[in-house]
Amino acid sequence: MQKAIQVKNLCYKYQKDEEELTAIYDMSFDVYEGEFLAIIGHNGSGKSTLAKLLNGIIKPSSGDVLVYEMNTKDEDKIWDIRQKAGIVFQNPDNQIVATIVEEDVAFGPENLGVEQKEIRKRVDEALETVKMSQYKDRKPHQLSGGQKQRIAIAGILAMQPKCIIFDEATAMLDPSGRDEVLSCIRHLNKENKTTILYITHYMEEIVDADRIIVLNKGEIAMQGTPKEIFSQVEPLQQLQLDVPNITKLAYMLKKEGINIPDGVLTVDEMVGCICR
Amino acid sequence: MFKDITIGQYYPANSPIHDLDPRTKIVYTFVYIIVLFFANNIAGYAIALLFLALLIYLSNIPLKFVFKSVKAIIIIILITVILNVFVTPGYILFKIGPLKVTDAGLINAAFMAVRLIMLIIGTSIMTLTTSPISLTDGMEYCMRRIPGMRAYAHELAMMMTIALRFIPTLMEEADKIMKAQKARGADFETGGIFKKAKSVVPILVPLFIGSFKRADELAMAMEARCYRGGEGRTRLNELTYQKGDTVAYIVTAVMTAMIIASRFLLLLNIPMK
Repeated sequence: MQKAIQVKNLCYKYQKDEEELTAIYDMSFDVYEGEFLAIIGHNGSGKSTLAKLLNGIIKPSSGDVLVYEMNTKDEDKIWDIRQKAGIVFQNPDNQIVATIVEEDVAFGPENLGVEQKEIRKRVDEALETVKMSQYKDRKPHQLSGGQKQRIAIAGILAMQPKCIIFDEATAMLDPSGRDEVLSCIRHLNKENKTTILYITHYMEEIVDADRIIVLNKGEIAMQGTPKEIFSQVEPLQQLQLDVPNITKLAYMLKKEGINIPDGVLTVDEMVGCICR
Repeated sequence: MFKDITIGQYYPANSPIHDLDPRTKIVYTFVYIIVLFFANNIAGYAIALLFLALLIYLSNIPLKFVFKSVKAIIIIILITVILNVFVTPGYILFKIGPLKVTDAGLINAAFMAVRLIMLIIGTSIMTLTTSPISLTDGMEYCMRRIPGMRAYAHELAMMMTIALRFIPTLMEEADKIMKAQKARGADFETGGIFKKAKSVVPILVPLFIGSFKRADELAMAMEARCYRGGEGRTRLNELTYQKGDTVAYIVTAVMTAMIIASRFLLLLNIPMK
């Protein structure tokens, strides 16, 4: 499989009150084209720093980040990198620039100098993909959190990236807004074959990811499929991460001596195991 | 309470004036202001007034709104009138104590007052019929034409857009902070003006800190979306002139010509009365 992003021996240090702190410590991993990779970790594990490193908003202290073979340290390639790997941030309010929805979606392609006709086409398509077409003439502050975040996604889509990084994109949303955004992201991954790198601290959101990387204190603590990760209930709890409730239930039943396989992820699976 | 705040004094309506390109309206207003100062006799004022009346009629804006803007400068008009009445030398009509009222003074004062009122109404027609967003667009396009201003035109327009975008957001936030402070016993309603002003400080401080944080995040999001200034940028909605704009430009030219002509007719001593 082709590699979308390669992270090689990545280190990131920063100054705070004359003290040098390390946010990312010697990290290496690859993101493959078309996959849904989830990165999880609790506060201070370096997830947001990692997101900013991935499309060159901040530069590595040592090591390299390659986005489609382009190094983020290469200033000439930085706009190509940001076009290829878009990023959706946490706060929906602080990433919408224009006063009208469709003009905000157009902001990215406008910056890239795309031709006017083509911008119109891309904006319409992007709004269609996130199912926000009927809101294109609205003002951003009239929309709900989930809708604003979908507009932010459309704004990235209009740049036609190959990979989208979500930096805790659902953290500030209510449950229904979270569902809206998540189903939109899944749709992008399945239908448009967009590579998704999903950073979060909610375990429930990533049970159907292709692969999970667990971060702790700037290092990779675990990686594997959701099944492999969630079957390790105790190590996860030590990293202050909560496994999904259903997995926890399976774990507790197993502890009581009931024969249930490791890493049950969904209610259906659970029903299947119990009613055998 | 702040949800649907209107910024500026835009009055949404359907009219040929609303449909004009913002550039046309900016140019017209600019020309109108200059031309008003060319008018120096009744004929000139009559022409300017005629065009203004036509504009108001076409704009579909209730007269109440049009005259609202005059209210704001009524004191300035009064001061101008009083000064003109008393200090202009000429044939003395009557005296109030040491102050002399002259015929030239009265005429001057009347002209001045009319000029100011027409000036303010003429410009407010522009802001009443153009939304802040398209006004920003129009200003950017117009500024680009001025040599040396090209680089600033985009930046200024971007700043205006972001300001317009964030006014409702910050209003909402101020409302939220205010409620939070109220819940903890803050009192915004009672007390004199100083006490009230003082009670605003606990709202402003978190609001300012919050907006710096916002600015920081917004800048990052803009960079992530490949923003690198105005160079090489294209637009989703380019401003394009329509038929109405051609008409408007012709009308502007005619008005200018007529007012300037009125001035010279007087010089040639052709009787106007």
